Amino acid sequence: MYEGNRPFTPRYVLPDYALALRQGVRYLELEPPTDLDGALTFLTCLCSQVPSVTTYPVYLGDLDALLEPYVPAELSDEELDAKLRRFWIQLDRLVPDAFAHLNVGPSDGRVIRAIWRVERSTPQTVPNITFKVDPALTPDDLIADAVRTVFVTGKPHFVNHPMMTADHPGGYAAVSCYNSLKIGGGAHTLVRINLAKAADLHDGGLDSFLAEALPLLVELNSELIEARIRSLVETQGFFQSNFLALEGLIDIDRFSAMFGIFGLAECVNKLMARDGHPEATYGHHDAANVASYRITERVAELVRSRPQPYCQGGDGFAYLHSQSGIDLDLDATAGTRIPVGDEPGMREHITVVAPHHKLFPAGISDIFHVDDTVKRNPEAMVDIIRGALGFGMRDFTFNLNDNEFIRITGYMVRKSDLVKDDAHGARHASDYLASTAEINHTVLTRCLKRITAVELDPLVFR
Amino acid sequence: MTTGLVTGTIEFSAVDGPGNRFVTFLQGCNLDCLACHNPYTINVCNDCGICVEGCPSGALSLVGTRVAWDPTVCLGSDACLTVCPYDATPKARTMTPAQLVDLVRPAAPFLSGITVSGGEATQQAAFVRAFFEVLRDDPATAGLTRFVDTNGDAPQATWDLLDPVMDAAMVDLKALDADLHRRLTGHGNALILDSIRTLAARGRLYEVRLLLASGVNDSDDLLARTGAFLAAVDPTMRVKVIGYRPHGVRPSPIPLLEPTAEHLAHCATVLAGTGDFKLVTL
Repeated sequence: MYEGNRPFTPRYVLPDYALALRQGVRYLELEPPTDLDGALTFLTCLCSQVPSVTTYPVYLGDLDALLEPYVPAELSDEELDAKLRRFWIQLDRLVPDAFAHLNVGPSDGRVIRAIWRVERSTPQTVPNITFKVDPALTPDDLIADAVRTVFVTGKPHFVNHPMMTADHPGGYAAVSCYNSLKIGGGAHTLVRINLAKAADLHDGGLDSFLAEALPLLVELNSELIEARIRSLVETQGFFQSNFLALEGLIDIDRFSAMFGIFGLAECVNKLMARDGHPEATYGHHDAANVASYRITERVAELVRSRPQPYCQGGDGFAYLHSQSGIDLDLDATAGTRIPVGDEPGMREHITVVAPHHKLFPAGISDIFHVDDTVKRNPEAMVDIIRGALGFGMRDFTFNLNDNEFIRITGYMVRKSDLVKDDAHGARHASDYLASTAEINHTVLTRCLKRITAVELDPLVFR
Repeated sequence: MTTGLVTGTIEFSAVDGPGNRFVTFLQGCNLDCLACHNPYTINVCNDCGICVEGCPSGALSLVGTRVAWDPTVCLGSDACLTVCPYDATPKARTMTPAQLVDLVRPAAPFLSGITVSGGEATQQAAFVRAFFEVLRDDPATAGLTRFVDTNGDAPQATWDLLDPVMDAAMVDLKALDADLHRRLTGHGNALILDSIRTLAARGRLYEVRLLLASGVNDSDDLLARTGAFLAAVDPTMRVKVIGYRPHGVRPSPIPLLEPTAEHLAHCATVLAGTGDFKLVTL
């Protein structure tokens, strides 16, 4: 997941697939499709050419909206499901990487209903799915259908559509691991600050951390972001040469960079202890929670006052992102999450983390572990999801404790695949990351990876 | 002011009625069911003090003649419940309706409604009515549905009292046969059958629940008669078939065994033959 210092493609690219379907793609010699089979083939070909940091596409389109016009009334649900199931199998085998992400919602329709059926009957890690929920538009029984799908595959992830639309006018999608970016745009780069380590490097308490440490760290992080953007845009020539840009499927003015933070929990706890309140821990004590809001608000303020070139998607600034971790992170909790196993009750958990969400237009994630009793009452989850979005949460994910599918940072892995990896190597690029993720160190040992090169692993260079 | 004796509350529950619900458990029950999952809710603490010595966290003490519980010290071992010889708890608290609503309010945006359970909620019907009135009149909680989870052993006057403030009740029927019912619960079931009729006639019956123990109350004959009774009340009612589970249950003079999933499915089939019920099997 390392970009190197001179990235030659943007980290995340979100082509305007709807425009492509209307106008065709000259570079790939694809005419606009006229039927559902044509549209599925068109999308398979196009997505395979979309670059990203993983070398696989991270965005596969807002699939229900893209396909709905190609579904004739006379096509039966069984035929529709069969076509989508073939597409699902193609995606999982041709794009073997669980960061590949499609979006659905917020409206009801035949395709989104078919997608939930196909997901439940074809349990795969690819595609990852985000469901856009608009409380005023999305019906309860469609949310309940999605909740039933989570019971089987751990997908989808739910996002607050009105909040996202306000931050990303002209269309957005959630891609990779909870990265919400503009459709027809994307993110040049993602550079992150480890707040846990930042607290270690600072000698003082909270006030001086806000006044002295954060401005320096934000500036250092911003300089690296700027250097990568300038290299990508001014030297590498991606936007002058790639067909997506040349044919108008992406527009540099809908790009920005992602400014990530992680390890907030440890940062807060260390600073509280230094200020003489070792008992005040993030997620459990008002003083610690207030400190956490002061930290994220300060970072947001600093990022909003540090202009970045070629970041018109963020009105000239980087997008703040609560970064959900990578496999190599040790001793630092993902993003702004409360550490796993230390979460308070669900209502309190939502109440504590929700105030952060408005500050992170490029995405933020909190994962809620839910008792299996909800399996018999999915409407209970619908209530909680509606409540959470109403409370100002941008992103909402829940997992069942006993699910075969587990969410690592934002992407999915099947437990059975991890077991098989040890003996046979991983079929998905992301399975390899999952098996080395710290979260799994106690579950399973490292695995062989057979589909990407070791050059992507920075440890090899050390 | 009306106060209630509250065993405890749960902010989010997916198993106490439709959607996500705040549940209030009220202490004290008029039945004494062999299959009770929380027998410490049956009686009211008599301040005997036996639990004080048994408490590993020092949260219990005798203050004058009363057992006092300090929730800030309690480690939640539930040792007090284990040693109590009276099927009671020292941890039930006296609360006003307003105090309870203060607990509901922050959870309200995440809920479909609230459920009062127990113990037996109708044993504190005046408190339930007062609690529901405050919920109804508070803008933050007015939109929540108000359900009563009941054993049904309550006179019509109780349902008359609750009717203006209650949306629906969920009623347990341990056995249609009066003698078997007496053996399983210590009481007859005439009032319970009346309650089912009364609530259904008023459109206040959310579901009837049948807790089935293998070889005890799950014969085809009894189920067919139960189905016929329920169908005569409302042939489209929601009926939940629940397999007995031993969790929390006291030693029983009648052997109580878990029915298999296959047998529960068979029970549901027998019931389905007697009415057009909305059947749910747990």
